[in-house]
Amino acid sequence: MTLLTAAEPAAAERTYANHGRPAWRRLLFTREMAIIFLLVVVLAVASVIVPKFATPVTMGYLLFDITPLLFIALAMAPVMITGDIDLSVGSMVGLSSVTVGLCSQAGLGIPVAALIALLVGAAGGLVNGLLITRIGLPALAVTIGTLALYRGIAVGLLGTTAITSFDKWWTTLVKSKIGTTGVPTVMILFVVLLAAFAIMLHFTPFGRGVFAIGLSKDAAVFSGVDADRTRLILFVLSGLMAALSGIYYALYYTSARGDNATGMELQVIAAVVLGGVSVFGGRGALHGVVAGVLLIGVLSKALQLVNITSDVVSIITGVLLVLSVIAGSVMNWVQSRRVKPAPATTPTKTS
Amino acid sequence: MERFNANGGPVQSNDATPVLELKGVSKSFGAVVALRNADLALRAHSIHAVVGENGAGKSTLVKIMAGLYQRDTGTFQFDGEAVDFRTTAEAKSAGIAVIYQEPTLFPDLSVTENVFMGRQPTGRFGRIDKAAMRAEVLQLMERLGVRIDPDRPAEGLSIADQQIIEIAKAISLDARVLIMDEPTAALSGVEVDRLFAVARSLRDEGRALMFISHRFDEVFALCDTVTVMRDGTYISTDAIVDTSVAEIVRRMVGRDVNELFPKQVAEVGRPLLEVTNLTQPGVFHEISFTVRSGEIVALAGLVGAGRSEVARAIFGVDHYASGTVSVDGKKLTGRSPSIAMKAGVALVPEDRRKQGLVVDATVASNITDAIRDTLTRFGLVTVRRENTEAQIWAHKLEVKTAALDSVVGTLSGGNQQKVVLAKWLAANPKVLIIDEPTRGIDVGTKSEVHRMMSELAGLGLAILMISSELPEVLGMADRVLVMREGHLTATIDRVDATAENVMFAATHASEEVA
Amino acid sequence: MSAATATADRVSFGSRLWSLVSSRETGIFLALALVVLATTVKNPGFVFSSDGWRDLLLTPSIVAVVAIGQAVVIITRSVDLSVGSIVGLSAYLVGTLFVAFPGFPVPLMFLVGIGFGGLLGLVNGALIAFGKVPAMVITLGTLYAFRGINVAWTGSNRINASDMPDEFLNLGTQQILSIPVLTIIALVILVVVAWYMANTRGGREFYAIGSDPDAAELYGLAKTKRVLIAFVASGAASGLGGVLFAARYGTINSQVGDGFELQAIGAAVIGGVAIVGGSGTVLGAVFGAYLLLTINRCLPILGIPDFWQRAVTGALIIGAIIFDRVLANRQAKRLVAERDEA
Repeated sequence: MTLLTAAEPAAAERTYANHGRPAWRRLLFTREMAIIFLLVVVLAVASVIVPKFATPVTMGYLLFDITPLLFIALAMAPVMITGDIDLSVGSMVGLSSVTVGLCSQAGLGIPVAALIALLVGAAGGLVNGLLITRIGLPALAVTIGTLALYRGIAVGLLGTTAITSFDKWWTTLVKSKIGTTGVPTVMILFVVLLAAFAIMLHFTPFGRGVFAIGLSKDAAVFSGVDADRTRLILFVLSGLMAALSGIYYALYYTSARGDNATGMELQVIAAVVLGGVSVFGGRGALHGVVAGVLLIGVLSKALQLVNITSDVVSIITGVLLVLSVIAGSVMNWVQSRRVKPAPATTPTKTS
Repeated sequence: MERFNANGGPVQSNDATPVLELKGVSKSFGAVVALRNADLALRAHSIHAVVGENGAGKSTLVKIMAGLYQRDTGTFQFDGEAVDFRTTAEAKSAGIAVIYQEPTLFPDLSVTENVFMGRQPTGRFGRIDKAAMRAEVLQLMERLGVRIDPDRPAEGLSIADQQIIEIAKAISLDARVLIMDEPTAALSGVEVDRLFAVARSLRDEGRALMFISHRFDEVFALCDTVTVMRDGTYISTDAIVDTSVAEIVRRMVGRDVNELFPKQVAEVGRPLLEVTNLTQPGVFHEISFTVRSGEIVALAGLVGAGRSEVARAIFGVDHYASGTVSVDGKKLTGRSPSIAMKAGVALVPEDRRKQGLVVDATVASNITDAIRDTLTRFGLVTVRRENTEAQIWAHKLEVKTAALDSVVGTLSGGNQQKVVLAKWLAANPKVLIIDEPTRGIDVGTKSEVHRMMSELAGLGLAILMISSELPEVLGMADRVLVMREGHLTATIDRVDATAENVMFAATHASEEVA
Repeated sequence: MSAATATADRVSFGSRLWSLVSSRETGIFLALALVVLATTVKNPGFVFSSDGWRDLLLTPSIVAVVAIGQAVVIITRSVDLSVGSIVGLSAYLVGTLFVAFPGFPVPLMFLVGIGFGGLLGLVNGALIAFGKVPAMVITLGTLYAFRGINVAWTGSNRINASDMPDEFLNLGTQQILSIPVLTIIALVILVVVAWYMANTRGGREFYAIGSDPDAAELYGLAKTKRVLIAFVASGAASGLGGVLFAARYGTINSQVGDGFELQAIGAAVIGGVAIVGGSGTVLGAVFGAYLLLTINRCLPILGIPDFWQRAVTGALIIGAIIFDRVLANRQAKRLVAERDEA
């Protein structure tokens, strides 16, 4: 056997199976498919039971409501996949919306106001990232601190007042829908961002590094991954997406208040965990995360339409969260008692 | 008439019944036989050494005695009665204490609390009697002849002090049997002397001690009897006075070195790795050496000599204060793994499961971990391209796996090492640093790995091999560099290298090595 | 060998005094005293008025009690996000029981609140200890579930002060020897828990588990049992917090306790409880709670618009953990230097 000089085996000589299980099992038996399946079931049931549910109008409102969550979840997922967490996102939404409001009030025009808000978000994310990677403080504690700090600045800047007048052109744009479909125009932006994040996370070396850090930080470093830089970038992205949510929030609800989006961080984390991202890091996928957000949104909207109050949604969310991690634990326990995996063999050589 | 050792201990303990006796003990994990027909007798008033290479079965033996594992066959007797420990707590309460190489103390708690955790002396209402606890710890310290502040947190204590605390724990538990697993690996000369004084006084009190070590001078200075193990099998037990280092080494290795590790003659070319005056205070000092194309240079020495630290520093993972590293004539511009990788350096680390592999990821993903940037098209990489690349390398190294998307943690140790090698060979390195290439690997795969390394040298790579296994060092290396306590003590050419002079250099300061 | 600083047979009084003075708890207390002093200088009525002194001690008592339970959980290297929801449920239970049975004995009501909270904590603890699932997710789930149950149960009702028996509400403002009764209750709990954590085998095991969970398992410490107890304790503390809330404010809606979890965690962190477990004291957590809540009330008087209070809270928390890290680094360096010297 020679090593470095051997030519590649001919295509016909493909000796290793690419996959250990048939494709249908690989694709269907995942956490993400489970949540997507649940989403489809709930959608179907709701369409039948709840009057006026499966209409463009309702769907539209649903999407409008969950847009802030969707944006933040895109960035929260990679942060949690590396094993970190960002509890400051809700406060950043508030701070960002306050920024937009103040800038708009000062006559700066929405594009500039939005840009400044995005910068604020990036700065907030940078502060988180530096405290966590350079000084080495635990992410949970730091982001609890910045949760209070950013919220405090937001409330401090605006007090009890709210800014409610914004450039009509922009608010109309944000509230508009695509043709007669009922789909909000902002969904275009979301889909573009979703594609970008999905590509980044699942199809680039950077994204592979994200998963490696979550699975084994040491091994990632020994393979050349710059763990600190990666985590820093992810926190900055998290701040940016929270800021984007804040811009949307201010314009859609035409209200910039210091206490906008209080508690949103927990909603996002709940959705992301439901969507299959492990709190321990190292696993997750964006299609599951989007499904998780949609699931919570659909449940809320459907129950709202039958006059069931939001508390039931809370209970269901809570139970689902608990079940999702318990199910994982149970599955591991079951698997550890099951049949051993297929025997490992060397492929038969043809030469 | 009693005969006495040079260290003052009896040649054979007078006590007839061994305190602890294992006979014919075997243990397997699936298909891997870790221990085969082991016999061991520990007697009061004696210190018994157990020696053997990595993989010889020593740590399995210890874990069975400690109650962590259950034996498959054979008898286990304590004080003449059959026992079967299901938990570590049971072994502890019987009076067996183990001092591991890496002590596990609670860093935030004080020394006193660490000694007594779980069994603090209590008074009324379950209130811990802190004064009594503290006094007893002070007594223990005095008895052991050490001075450690009982109130300080365990964090930041030297390994030597941590071991003393573990011993204090064992004494306060009134342990009859004390097992020490490579205790001197991380200790300096003075600390070793202190440990030995403690061990001797414990022996004189009537306890039975077991001492696992690679350091033969220590074994011969401290112990009364020695058991040799090899490949999981018991080989022999002798009184120390009746044997010699050469004899022990021969039994440990048990085969003709040259036959098993065929290092082919390779054409030696230009220097590919030049390390000059590499220094990190407290870890390694003024390390300088060169590895040329076609050479395999071994870095030998005892555990704790600083070899892995040097390797990690060259690769950019660990920090170093001064010195330079040049690859193929060009100085490395910075200290990070990605810079070293770009220059053509590859490092197969010592800890396969925590550093060499992402254990929970797939075979294909691991194999392509070092070359992913080259697999991208327009910056994007797909599982398909990873699989294509992984096919090639898994095939070349004959990795045994069910599929490319199998989780690498399910593979055997030997195949895991092949995956790590595949990862780095795929990167087409100029310099390959490999730390303990065959640790924890079955014999068959061992020779495959050696054959591979020889072939790679023949293809022009410069290979730096860190190894604690003498036969491997002697068989594979063109040159042997020996380190001791952070210093390079000797450079020995292949023709001159013997087990004795390598060991000598590993255990003596450079001034003493002529 | 390390420098032998205290190999004397008894720890000298001097060194004990020093370690007391230089402790984190003393530092927080001093900070608190400073803030109160500055505020009183600006407005003497802050302390020296009929309500001033009472409110100073009373208002933070509720969060302080919750923080005690949270500290125990954090010390074992875990976290309990559901405490706020447990406070709310407990408060509403108390109110409902008083409305239904106006003659319900007050001391018994305390036990009911504590027991109910403990039961909810048991749900958390069982799932976490036996299921080996991350505490953060489970308690996030119970945060939602318990709050949802609370809202569902409350419906559109609200319990008013007038619905509650006078003797219960009086507890909320009564004082014994000029210390509010509720604060005394909090102090009693503090003393009991602090004593337990410092002086019993069980208490020390919490610290061991948080300091190194793997070593704890190797030692054979009863990790599962301790984790379970920690969450039951946290739940019980929150249950008591709910009773205190009902006594103090009388008006109970479905949002009682909202946000308490972050306040409790913040209080513990400020008070010196490391978020990774293994160190810190419940006393520190209580001082942290007092500092946090008192600062909020002092800021307006000191001329800082109270809208900035949350920013101050955040800055405090971040400052505390940076300070802890700096201190830990300095201590590690000092210990290594000591060792190398010897």
